[in-house]
Amino acid sequence: MNTFYTRWLGGRQGAMGIAVLSILIFAIMPLWLDIFRLNLVGKYLTYAFAAVSLVMVWGYGGVLSLGQGVFFGLGGYCMAMFLKLEASDLASTAHQTTPGIPDFMDWNQITHLPLFWEPFHSLTFTMIAMIVVPGIFAYFIGAAMFKRRVGGVYFSIITQAIASILTILIVGQQGYTGGINGITDLKTMHGWNINTTSAKYILYYVNGVLLIGVIMLCRYILSSKLGRLLLAMRDKEDRVRFSGYDVSNFKIFTFCLGAMISAIGGAMFTLQVGFMSPSFVGIVPSIEMVIFAAVGGRMSLIGAVYGTLLVNYGKTAFSESFPALWLFLMGALFIGVVMFFPNGLAGIYDKYGHHLSKLWRPLTRRFMKAKAVDKPSEGDPSASPLVHQLPEQPVSDEPPVHEPLRTRRPA
Amino acid sequence: MNAATATASDSVKKEFILTIEDLTVSFDGFKAVDSLNLYVDKDELRVVIGPNGAGKTTVLDLICGKTKATAGSIQFKGKELTKLSEHAIVRAGVGRKFQTPSIYENLTVFQNLEISFPRGRGVFGCLTFRRTPDVVEQIQKIAEEIKLQDHLEMDAALLSHGQKQWLEIGMLLMQDPELLMLDEPVAGMSVKEREETAILLNRICKGRSVIVIEHDMEFVKSIAHKVTVLHQGKILAEGSMENVQANEKVIEVYLGH
Repeated sequence: MNTFYTRWLGGRQGAMGIAVLSILIFAIMPLWLDIFRLNLVGKYLTYAFAAVSLVMVWGYGGVLSLGQGVFFGLGGYCMAMFLKLEASDLASTAHQTTPGIPDFMDWNQITHLPLFWEPFHSLTFTMIAMIVVPGIFAYFIGAAMFKRRVGGVYFSIITQAIASILTILIVGQQGYTGGINGITDLKTMHGWNINTTSAKYILYYVNGVLLIGVIMLCRYILSSKLGRLLLAMRDKEDRVRFSGYDVSNFKIFTFCLGAMISAIGGAMFTLQVGFMSPSFVGIVPSIEMVIFAAVGGRMSLIGAVYGTLLVNYGKTAFSESFPALWLFLMGALFIGVVMFFPNGLAGIYDKYGHHLSKLWRPLTRRFMKAKAVDKPSEGDPSASPLVHQLPEQPVSDEPPVHEPLRTRRPA
Repeated sequence: MNAATATASDSVKKEFILTIEDLTVSFDGFKAVDSLNLYVDKDELRVVIGPNGAGKTTVLDLICGKTKATAGSIQFKGKELTKLSEHAIVRAGVGRKFQTPSIYENLTVFQNLEISFPRGRGVFGCLTFRRTPDVVEQIQKIAEEIKLQDHLEMDAALLSHGQKQWLEIGMLLMQDPELLMLDEPVAGMSVKEREETAILLNRICKGRSVIVIEHDMEFVKSIAHKVTVLHQGKILAEGSMENVQANEKVIEVYLGH
């Protein structure tokens, strides 16, 4: 229990952060927003997986990946392939030249389901592949680069190139991948219609739980010696190497972890949005993910989520209110954040958070005191609670604290 | 005479912890180290001196694998180091301190020492590493050795320059290497700190071999068992401090000015 509190939740401060985020995701958003807006938030929260993964890879691992969309996309495509196969049963594709294969294959004169599509009939395989495929792909990229000590700008450029290559590949192989349109018309998952309102609610909550779970997993990893080692590596990589560590392995691990986290986001994206296309794989979405993490604060797992929400909220709000200007406004937002708050939202919180706690403290103190006084003392069970509500020892120097007690007495 | 020295060197050869033979490294044709032969005994404290650009730091870089040799061999306890990667060399028992204090400024002194503890060096070893009593005990012991026992929870960035140098030495001691290499350990230290460092070095060289690069002759005198003078990537002289100081060539290129 104690390790759970200190390592998974990150102590008092970390637990508070997770609690506030959970309340926001699980209570405030669903109560406040209609299902259309909530579904949008759910979509943004899938990007938050990528932003969280960038906090690990870029913030802590010290390597800026401009190809996080690749892994987001791979996860999303795995899920989309499964859903597409389920949507392409014989009955609903009877009008096709070759019934039983996805519609876009039929349009592209493909008459057999390609071999690599076959295993995606199985949900279990899909669930595993969704995590493992991006993980293995990231392992090969990471091993090829980090073992050769490729880092910094070169790493960023290569990951960006990979994002570009994968987009071109997907678009070019239209018959196998659905091309530029992506994989669309997804309907059910094991017979469960994912387009109904109730399914959207459920998927939103599943997404939220997974996101919180991923943040806690990252917290746990960062609280291990590996987390301290990542900090040490960012500071003095050579010292770590000459303390007997194979630095590249730690970078590969972080990169793979980031890839798998992004992939979960991608899969949840497909489920909630109902399609997957190359426009979520390429350079532009990958850079947007970096912006989410930068706005949130690249050293803050929770901040990355808020950053994602803020930027996407800005995108939606600006584009609805100022259709001609919104891109400029977004640009101004990024420049503003980077110029004035290099550590993002988390940096703002760290700087001004104590003012907030000043605001909080009297409230919490009042709450605690009211609670303490409400409880009948155990030593004197016969005593009525009312008697005990008489302030026994006025510990406080703030008279207003007693007000609520007086008003309660007549009741 | 020749035969006698040959047999003598044969008999002690087994005792050499480090055997460097014909070591050469060239950077774009410039030979920073040129067919160097260097033998370090077990439990010996060797000081390497020489003018700037003599190749002192490069020799340490070659031993610890930071720079790859163009030719020649480096054997540590009979193991060829030139083929190993840096972390494998460290795990074989070679520790190296850098010229500028190389510590993790954003971690505490305790965490700095803990990272150097030779356990859980793989990715999964790191994830499952636990701060067991023997780790804490070892950290306490080393912290007392380097006089930082009262600063364990302090951020390393806040230490004085001398304390940072000591911390890095302490981090090496955590690894308990059989060969310890120190690159200018007293650079930038006050006279008092230098004296304390000399005492520390004399104490920690028990049971291990140490190679020190240093310019400060007073300090060298107070620690060296044997001195090697490097000049233009070659050995100019080798022997006891008195012999080296009396050597005319050494005076000419190094000590004279």
